[in-house]
Amino acid sequence: MTDPIYLDYAATTPVDSSALEAMLPHFRDNFGNPSSIHRWGRNAEKAIEQARRDIAAVLNCRPAELVLTSGGTESDNYALRGAALAMREAGRGNHLITTAIEHHAVLHTARQLAEHYGFALTVLPVDDCGRVRLADVEAAIRPDTVLISVMYANNEMGAIQPIAKIAALARAHGVLTHTDAVQAASQLALDVQELGVDMLAIGAHKFYGPKGVGALYIRRDTPIVPSQTGGGHERGRRAGTSNVPYIVGMAAALGLTAQRREADNARYRRLTGRLIEAVTQIPDARLTGHPTGRLPNSASFVFRNIDGNELLMRLDLEGIAASSGSACKTGDPEPSDVILALGFDRSWALGSLRLTVGRGTTEGEIERTIGVVTRVVGEMRG
Amino acid sequence: MSGGVDSSVAAALLKEQGHEVIGLMMRLWSEPGAHTAQGDPAHNRCCSPDAIANARYVAGMFDIPFYVVDAQEMFRRTVVDFFVDGYAGGVTPNPCMECNRHIRWEFLLNKALSLGATHLATGHYARVRSALPENGRDVPAERLRQGDAPAGDAPAGDAPPGRLYELLKSVDDKKDQSYVLSVMGQAQLRHAMFPVGEFTKPQIRELARKFNLPVAERPDSQDLCFLADNDYRRFLAEHAPQVVRPGPIVDSSGKVLGRHQGLAFYTIGQRKGIGLAAAEPLYVLTTDPERNALVVGPVTGLGQTTMRVGRINWVGGAPPTRPFECTVKIRYKAAERPCTVTPLEGSRAGVALKEPARDVTPGQGAVFYDGDVCLGGGTILK
Repeated sequence: MTDPIYLDYAATTPVDSSALEAMLPHFRDNFGNPSSIHRWGRNAEKAIEQARRDIAAVLNCRPAELVLTSGGTESDNYALRGAALAMREAGRGNHLITTAIEHHAVLHTARQLAEHYGFALTVLPVDDCGRVRLADVEAAIRPDTVLISVMYANNEMGAIQPIAKIAALARAHGVLTHTDAVQAASQLALDVQELGVDMLAIGAHKFYGPKGVGALYIRRDTPIVPSQTGGGHERGRRAGTSNVPYIVGMAAALGLTAQRREADNARYRRLTGRLIEAVTQIPDARLTGHPTGRLPNSASFVFRNIDGNELLMRLDLEGIAASSGSACKTGDPEPSDVILALGFDRSWALGSLRLTVGRGTTEGEIERTIGVVTRVVGEMRG
Repeated sequence: MSGGVDSSVAAALLKEQGHEVIGLMMRLWSEPGAHTAQGDPAHNRCCSPDAIANARYVAGMFDIPFYVVDAQEMFRRTVVDFFVDGYAGGVTPNPCMECNRHIRWEFLLNKALSLGATHLATGHYARVRSALPENGRDVPAERLRQGDAPAGDAPAGDAPPGRLYELLKSVDDKKDQSYVLSVMGQAQLRHAMFPVGEFTKPQIRELARKFNLPVAERPDSQDLCFLADNDYRRFLAEHAPQVVRPGPIVDSSGKVLGRHQGLAFYTIGQRKGIGLAAAEPLYVLTTDPERNALVVGPVTGLGQTTMRVGRINWVGGAPPTRPFECTVKIRYKAAERPCTVTPLEGSRAGVALKEPARDVTPGQGAVFYDGDVCLGGGTILK
């Protein structure tokens, strides 16, 4: 087989070398517990507080407004559960709003809050380009609404959501806004003042940082109950000894990502533009998501009457790493909620394919991929 | 690959022989909403999360790509419905044979071939021998494959025309599974490989140790993979209540002796659990679905020397034209019995047993052998 091609950067990214270099001293040399009083402790604490400041600079927030977590899923879980419970306790209400295209880290947490904690839940639809309509948001807000959670950009089809407008609308009604920025963080500006959100979640491995570390921005004075109780770390909101090397790695990766953003995005647009142009030439193939309002690195499609799981297997056997909307690893044939939410019927929705490019992607790889996808889809249709 | 020892060793052997191997597991239907005794959601025994994890791990050890393919709907339709329909029709069906007929050697074989494979290998204890008919039966498949392999790029599965593929018992008589594979014909056998069939079970265990396979040996089970708790009576009561109708127990003269719980709960030759007190032990002699009656009598009423067999698959392709002598297995674990087979119209045959058998059970498979060679098989008719 010729060299395999990785086109699944939305799933995860390799750790950037400079981020890895930044992490290494904190495994053995600077190994102290940041909570300790002595110099080892102070040195470790210095490392995470510097990292916190670096992340805060990218998010344009105060360092104290960041809770460092184990990743995007934890950040999303904490935002919803922590704020919903605190808002209800403060007598603000009992109603949550989210969307049909959220990552399960949000959607399943919202459902759990509805099913086990007695919250009312509204799940908003999207238009056929995968975007939430402001009118739907406005119509869904009730006097007892406490929290709206809308993702910044969708992981399956890259559609970018009008977060700043949603947040302004929510604020006018005294409702908190959370955004899952996990997929967006590698490519979109994360300025929480411009976005106007109260909470924003990121996970480092999506932007060339290590797996197992993330952050949640929580605007000052946002009601939230602690997610983990114990030693009072993270200002009492998340107890547990800080993962110093990973936090340092996340900060380094995020700083680099912000710095390279424009140049990376321009290159991604060229690469995905070529993919979209060529793959939509295949009969009965369609782009999913918004034609322009999408993450620059994301090209997602549906093919009518194609088994998406089998397409991924065949691409894998051809050396191309791609993804689809459904949980293909377990062989579950159910179409993705997100693709169904776009209005595709099953004959289309089962045949989804997501190709996401990254810093390592070359034009040659894109051309080879176009050839293989076109041939394999043709073979599958016999 | 099931994650169990046999298919794991099969994969390892093929890899060791230098084949390019792809691991496949099927997601099969299981009772919706059912739970195990421990309260966990019940899964089909063949594809529980643990089994998937095990198989995936084994595949990883040998650098084998591993995919789970969905067959739930087809399995429900061709195996589970067949099972229920069999009981509804007053016979004791063998769903494992149907699974091999429709799922493994049709659906999965086609899937494998469409992925570019030349063969489908399983962990069954059986053997395939390919022989030129004029060479008789004593030419080992391996020698023929090596010696007469088609030149050029022709896939190994495309043997020259005229070659006969035979299904043989495994070398381990106790483990032999040719009974459930008797549904296979030439179109399947030419693509089939049974690597473990050349070994005894103790040798396979030894090989598993040699390959360092982590697979814990699961107890051999004749229970059905789709039952949550191995209780087919409960399954029928819940999923096919129409086949669980209480009715009269009668003797051979038609005299009513008591009530039965549903014909599906009894098998021919059964003595225990009839629930009647009598001077001499009573056995289930037959059922009368028209009257929903269970016919019982003394042991002298059991035993028959003739039976009709339908839906016969002849492994060699052409049905025999004249009566011939061979042996027959009338249940998976039954001993072979000498018999004379008289071919009839419409894939049927009359079978005369040399000695009367007490457990001739309509719905079970009757599988014919000439020594180690499985000639084919069908379903015992009422």
